[in-house]
Order: sequence, then structure tokens, then C-alpha cells
Amino acid sequence: MALNTKSRIGSALIHMFFWAFTIVSLVPFILVFMVSISSEDSILQKGYSLFPSQISFAAYHFLFNDFSEIAKAYGVTIITTLVGTVISLLITALFAYPLSRPDLPFRRTISFYIFFTMLFGGGMVPWYITYVNMFDLKNTILAMIIPNLLLSAFNVLLMRSFFASTIPESVVESATIDGASELKIFFKIVVPLSLPIMATIGLFNTLSYWNDWYNCMLFIDKPELYNIQYLMTKTLTNIQYLLMKSNSSAQVGDLLAKMPRETVRMALAIVGIAPLLFAYPFFQKYYISGITSGAVKG
Amino acid sequence: MPNLKKSLKKYKWLLLMTLPGIVYLFINNYIPMYGVILAFKNYNYVDGIWGSAWAGLDNFKFLFNSQDAYIITRNTFLYNFVFIVLNLVMAVLVALLINEIKDKVISRFYQSTFLLPHIISMVVVAYLVYSFLNVDSGLINRLLTKWFGAEAISWYGEPKYWPYILVIVNAWKNVGYLSIIYFASIIGIDKEYYEAATIDGASKWKQMTRITIPLILPVITTMTLLAVSGILRSDFGLFYQVPMNTGALIPTTNTIDTFVYRAMIQSGDIGMSTAAGFYQSVVCFVLILVANAAVRRINKRDALF
Repeated sequence: MALNTKSRIGSALIHMFFWAFTIVSLVPFILVFMVSISSEDSILQKGYSLFPSQISFAAYHFLFNDFSEIAKAYGVTIITTLVGTVISLLITALFAYPLSRPDLPFRRTISFYIFFTMLFGGGMVPWYITYVNMFDLKNTILAMIIPNLLLSAFNVLLMRSFFASTIPESVVESATIDGASELKIFFKIVVPLSLPIMATIGLFNTLSYWNDWYNCMLFIDKPELYNIQYLMTKTLTNIQYLLMKSNSSAQVGDLLAKMPRETVRMALAIVGIAPLLFAYPFFQKYYISGITSGAVKG
Repeated sequence: MPNLKKSLKKYKWLLLMTLPGIVYLFINNYIPMYGVILAFKNYNYVDGIWGSAWAGLDNFKFLFNSQDAYIITRNTFLYNFVFIVLNLVMAVLVALLINEIKDKVISRFYQSTFLLPHIISMVVVAYLVYSFLNVDSGLINRLLTKWFGAEAISWYGEPKYWPYILVIVNAWKNVGYLSIIYFASIIGIDKEYYEAATIDGASKWKQMTRITIPLILPVITTMTLLAVSGILRSDFGLFYQVPMNTGALIPTTNTIDTFVYRAMIQSGDIGMSTAAGFYQSVVCFVLILVANAAVRRINKRDALF
């Protein structure tokens, strides 16, 4: 009896702890959302609040009134994410599969070639100069697809161990005896058997493209090529940024006076994260299992 | 030799499949490794990497004679040290507690909420932090002035608060993620250990400290080893986006990575910024070899290579 009460108190404490943790994880998002639907006046008077005293969608009206900047930035993000994820997944799988075959010549050499990039690097500056001077990637959409994001050595090794542990050697052997080419074996047997790892790595890729602002900051000067994350970066430090491109300087002053600055900033943050937040319930399962599969033998 | 030729022919397609990846790593990783010679050159855009004049060790001398080298090394090291210790303790604690929740649905719900901060970009994090710390209307200043009658604090103008802010933000973003990794290895533990311990009358606390923690030690070791070997690498977004690249905050938010970026973009000092990056890479490389060798001596199976 005493033991039972004790364990019930224990379990209540654990749940309290987790509720606190949940609130801490979510409150910043809620705050930003609440500010975005507050009226600018109530913000100026009372500051940001989790419980807005006056609700207004003026900030969203303002953003959607001239949505072309945001739509363009979203366009860049969507294109780079789609193209990047598909190519990245293909290169990663093509790279990982041969390495999972114990009979591949130079297997150890190639594995070391990959692994070494995780141990040592030339640093950001030579990397940047390589892409800008040798490959002329500055101000091209490729700069948001290729540098660093296209292939992760870690993902290659992760996929290699998946292939090695789940593709039965006998299947590959019998297909070879039947005269199937290596490419056919790969696309017709290996890929269909590996959908879980494909989904996981594809998800990792999608997130890193979607969230990228670093490549955009380094390689892109032209505002029409900014992706959504970098547009958000620019706007956080300078809210006028949203107005500057489509308007003359005289208009900017005028519009700036009318702009609900604080709430617009937060509304942009909501517009920027909304797709990810809406998609999250659907992919969180795969994301969690992806992290844990990497953890078991990282 | 004919053997090699024969096997090359047999494995032609498999080897060709690896080609895109090999070429990519060559461009993205190996050419920049060679590019560290820039650290020993006086780079100018007209002459390019190969044509620029040699500068010997001048770039390194310039770097290490300035105050910057010490400050950025100290900042990077101390931040990472605190991150590693704090995140490890909190993540293992959270993992142990998630394991106590028997209801699968609730456990799943908690896990996905804790992971949410990890999937968003640092830009979004910067917005979230700004909503708390904004001087005029941010939540914290409003609470300070309204409830405690204190003066509003100019958060983005006072470097002294930022070590605490960045530690909190980093924990907020990463503890959930790390705890899921540890939780996964806890689930992998054979239930029989606990059954036997319960029969022997071991308390929950004893089971945690005597069974769970020792059995997840390999994962803890690997994760910590990786973190320690990167102790001079910093999360660029955390130190650049979250303080909103504010000049006044540089003394406490500058790390090697932000220093290299600013030296390259803002001052255009290619030679010196390459030298700083090279210094970082070499120290990290040595650290990972040493850390790995140390773990190998203790328990060979936990080593990375």
C-alpha cells in the first residue's frame, strides 16, 4: 500500500516535470503567434503578451497585400529543397550501396576517403573560394543546392550500414546468376527493400535544405534569389527590408509610418515556419526513428 | 595485375556508382583541404590561389599577436564545455524519466514536442529569442517592469548576459534531441535485468544507477567523444543569428567560426581567416585522435575507429 502511494506520487511528479518541459518547448512559438495576431497599438502599450488584449490580423493583411517578395523567396526554397533532396538521396544511395558489398575492390580505401572528411577539413574560407573562384557559383541557385548540403558523409555511412544489415547477400547473388546488371539489382531490388532508410535520409535532406540560410548568406547577393530563411534573417534586423525593394525611397518612408512593425515581424516568422509546423505531426514519427537508428550504431 | 583488371571489369558498374560521391567529396572537401595553403599566402583576387605571393607564417603571427585569438578560443572552448556537460546531464535525466512513462501514446507525444525546437532553423530561433528579449516590448522586459518594478534591460546591448542566454537557447534546442538518442539506447536494454533486479528488491533509483546508466555508457561515451573532439567548433547559427550579429555583443558571443566569417566577409582578410580556420581544424583533428586513443585504451569497443 505504502509502496503504491509512493510510486503514484513519483509518477505524478514525472508527469509534472514533462508538462513543464512541454510548456518550455512550446511557449516561444505560442508567444510569436500571439504577437502576430495582436493589434500594433496593444503591443506598443503593453508589450508582447501570451494573452493578446486586442486581436488584429493587420500584420497578415500587410504581408499578404504585397506577397510577391515572400512568394519569390518561398519559390527559391521549394525549388532548392526539391531538387537538392532528390539528387542528394540518389548520390548518397549510389555511394553507400557498393560500399555495403563485402567483395567490392578498394572498399576500405573508399570508406577511408569518406571518413577522413569527417575528421579534417580545410575550413570555411578555402571552401568558399573553391566554389566562388573555381566553379563560379556565386549568385546562382546551384549555390544553395551544392555546397555542403548535397552529400553528408555521415548519411552515406548510415545508409551503408543499413544496406549491409538488411539486404541479404543471397538475393544479390541469385540476381547476379540470373544475369541482372548491377544497376538493375540496385534499382529493382536494393531500393525497394530500403524504403525506411530512404525516407529517413530524404527527410534529413529536406530539413537541411528547407532550413538553410548559411549558403544563401555566403553565396547570394541578389535579393531576387534569397530563400525564405534568409529573407527572414534580413527582416529580423531590418524590418524596412520588406519595403525597400518594390518601392521608391519616398514611398518607403510613407509605408513605414503605416506599417505595424512589431506584429509584421512576428507574422513573417509565422508565415516562415507554418509549413514546417503543419508538416511536423506527419513526419515526426520517421524523424524520431531516423535519429534513433543513427544512434544505435553511429 | 590481370586479376585486378578482371575484378575492375567485373565491378565496373559498382565502382561507377560511387563516382558522383567521390567527385563531390573531392570538390567540396579535398580541394578546400589543399586550399589551406592560403593561410601561408598573401592572397589577392587578381593573382588567385596559385599566383599570390607566399607570406610564410605572417598570417599566423598576425592572428596570434592580436587579442582575438585568445578571446575566440576561450569563448569557443568554454561555451562548448558548458554545453557538453549540461546537455549530457539533462538529456540523460530526461531519457531516464521518459523510460518511466508506461503509456506509449503519451511518451510519444512528449518526445515529439521536445524534438520540435531541434527541427527549426536558427533564424526562427533568433525570432523566438527576440520575442522574449526585445528591449521595448519583449516579454521579459515587460515582466521585469510590470511585475517586479525593475528597470528594463537592454539585452542586445549588454554582453554580460549572453553566456547565460546562449547556454539556455542551446539547451532548449538540443536537450530533447539528445534525450531521444539516449532513450533509444535505454529501450534496447534487455528487460530481464530489471526483472531480476526487482525480484532482488532493488529500488528504482538503484536500477537506474546500477543497470541503466552503466549499460548506456557506450552511447554516452561515443556522443561525448564526438562532442569533445569538436570543442573548438561552434554552431555558427547560434552565435551569429541569435545575437542578431550585434556589434556590442561581440566580446562574449564571438567564436572561432564567427570570427573567421567576419574576417573574411567584413574585413576581406583571406590569409588570416584561413589561418584561423586551419588552426581550428588542426586542433580538432588532434583532439579527435587523442580522445579516440584514450577511449580505445579503456574499452576498445567504444572507440570510433
